[in-house]
Amino acid sequence: MSYHNPFTPPRKSATFDDHTLAEIRRAAATGIYDIRGGGTKRKVPHFDDLLFLGASISRYPLEGYREKCDTSVVLGTRFAKNPIHLKTPITIAGMSFGALSGNAKEALGRGATLAGTSTTTGDGGMTDEERGHSQTLVYQYLPSRYGMNPKDLRRADAIEIVVGQGAKPGGGGMLLGQKISDRVANMRNLPTGIDQRSACRHPDWTGPDDLEIKINELREITDWEKPIYIKVGGARPYYDTALAVKAGADVVVLDGMQGGTAATQDVFIENVGMPTLACIRPAVQALQDLGMHRKVQLIVSGGIRSGADVAKALALGADAVAIGTAALVAIGDNDPKWEDEYQKLGTTAGAYDDWHEGKDPAGITTQDPELAARLDPVAAGRRLANYLKVMTLEAQTIARACGKNRLHNLEPEDLCALTMEAAAMAQIPLAGTSWYPGKGGF
Amino acid sequence: MPVFDLSQTPLRELNSALHKLGQGANDTAFEVINPRGSHSVAVGIDSPVTVEVKGSVGYYCAGMNDGGTVTVYGSAGPGVAENMMSGTVVIEGDASQYAGATGRGGLLVIKGNAASRCGISMKGIDIVVHGSIGHMSAFMGQSGHLVVCGDAGEALGDSLYEAKLFVRGTVKSLGADCIEKQMKPKHLAKLAELLQQAGINDVKPEEFKRYGSARKLYNFNIDNADAY
Repeated sequence: MSYHNPFTPPRKSATFDDHTLAEIRRAAATGIYDIRGGGTKRKVPHFDDLLFLGASISRYPLEGYREKCDTSVVLGTRFAKNPIHLKTPITIAGMSFGALSGNAKEALGRGATLAGTSTTTGDGGMTDEERGHSQTLVYQYLPSRYGMNPKDLRRADAIEIVVGQGAKPGGGGMLLGQKISDRVANMRNLPTGIDQRSACRHPDWTGPDDLEIKINELREITDWEKPIYIKVGGARPYYDTALAVKAGADVVVLDGMQGGTAATQDVFIENVGMPTLACIRPAVQALQDLGMHRKVQLIVSGGIRSGADVAKALALGADAVAIGTAALVAIGDNDPKWEDEYQKLGTTAGAYDDWHEGKDPAGITTQDPELAARLDPVAAGRRLANYLKVMTLEAQTIARACGKNRLHNLEPEDLCALTMEAAAMAQIPLAGTSWYPGKGGF
Repeated sequence: MPVFDLSQTPLRELNSALHKLGQGANDTAFEVINPRGSHSVAVGIDSPVTVEVKGSVGYYCAGMNDGGTVTVYGSAGPGVAENMMSGTVVIEGDASQYAGATGRGGLLVIKGNAASRCGISMKGIDIVVHGSIGHMSAFMGQSGHLVVCGDAGEALGDSLYEAKLFVRGTVKSLGADCIEKQMKPKHLAKLAELLQQAGINDVKPEEFKRYGSARKLYNFNIDNADAY
């Protein structure tokens, strides 16, 4: 009897896959960890794992394009004399001048203003262009305090104390020397061309008791006019939200691990923090337990891409969302029209994340004047406004289908979950059942 | 002179009155009595007003001061004169941690001792301490001057940028990338000026040592990883 020995194809390790092997070689060759921009690239349970049920016999839908569906939201109603009134619950997240070009910041301000929403400064202070083109501007109060001054504090519409961000809860920042132009250096009181570290902790307060006193100081300086937000990364959303409320926040901003950063270690982005989906219900639960849901507003960010994501975040209990990465894409980041140049940088459109290097072909994450000039802030602002309006319309479409005449009337009962993980994280019943993991003690 | 008795008057009224002062205002001198450790006393001043606080204050006294002259006849809690832009703040007693944190300008004088993290992340402020300072002072100090007539605690000037540090007494230890540097005539002249502004006449600039950044951590290098 003849015996045929069949060929077994070479098998690569699932543990040591091609990306892992390449990263080991890169670390060995360069002696530095990988720094990049953006949020996590790993697949995590997300809004895609939830679906809306829509109307049925027991739910009465509203006529699309005919019956009103209110999208407005007011933020900062707890203590501030001048709360923020927005036409849409989709805001623009904090991104710094320094990480972004002046034109990019101007475009974000223009787009947000056209759409009737707010934009936010970042870890580099407030520029005149940004203030001038932003009808509603939130001024971030960060550990580094780069660019912080009382005049800008007073000309802001709201103040956002940044405790953490989703891409790197517990981490500071690093703007590498390539992007420290003379203007950026001057705004940050640093020499041109050096690596600029952003501290991970605030320099003059530690813990929630101190934070309460710090908030009080900021309110006193601004005569109790401005809403004060507290931004936290997705780490311990129940307790962080409760402590933020206890410290006196008007608004809590909760950023999951899909939220982007200008530059941080890849190992940090991919391994620290929780998915946005897992953060919302604990935060809402904390607000409800304290009797503060809808009194202290909750803004959710990290991986918001469409009106469906907006509607799902609101249905889970958020009052508003914030977008960062998606806003950059809307104004031109990673656009395939620059593919030739992405290739020269060793990457491809859609994957470019070396935002810290300042070589962005789209002219967005750069301080190079020639590259920055590629971005027309007027046209880019228009694109962002279009995108914001489309997302708002999409969210309205879903809300009407669920019988809601206001986006904020969306509720968990409008949703079902596609996976066990999403069901557990969002505490939404698995599709076709009335159960989610943990419910009833099972 | 308006007098605010904080045992009777809400803090809000004091700060509101200070913020309403414009250029040419008639009331240019305020007195605060019975502060009793209140937080945020005289914060956000934006005019050349004089405020005398008769007693000790809590957190963030004179925070973000821009042009005012605030004197505390007592001690100050954490974060006194934090993020000061310009003006003068004098503490007749001791100051708690984070004194002058992130200050961008002006002069902070502490006639007693200052606790840890004095001048943390300073960005242009001048700080003169008659006594000693605690650990981790001038951490990530970017610019400005910190003058210490007494001693300094552990890890002085850790991760320092371009702030200039002058210590007359002993330094328990220097932080990462902070080194002793040569005292040049221009430094002696600046030190003499700061001592004079702080009302210190019995100490000579030559008695101090200067500390600054070695600038080895300015751009990341894996071979410096041990410094972190």
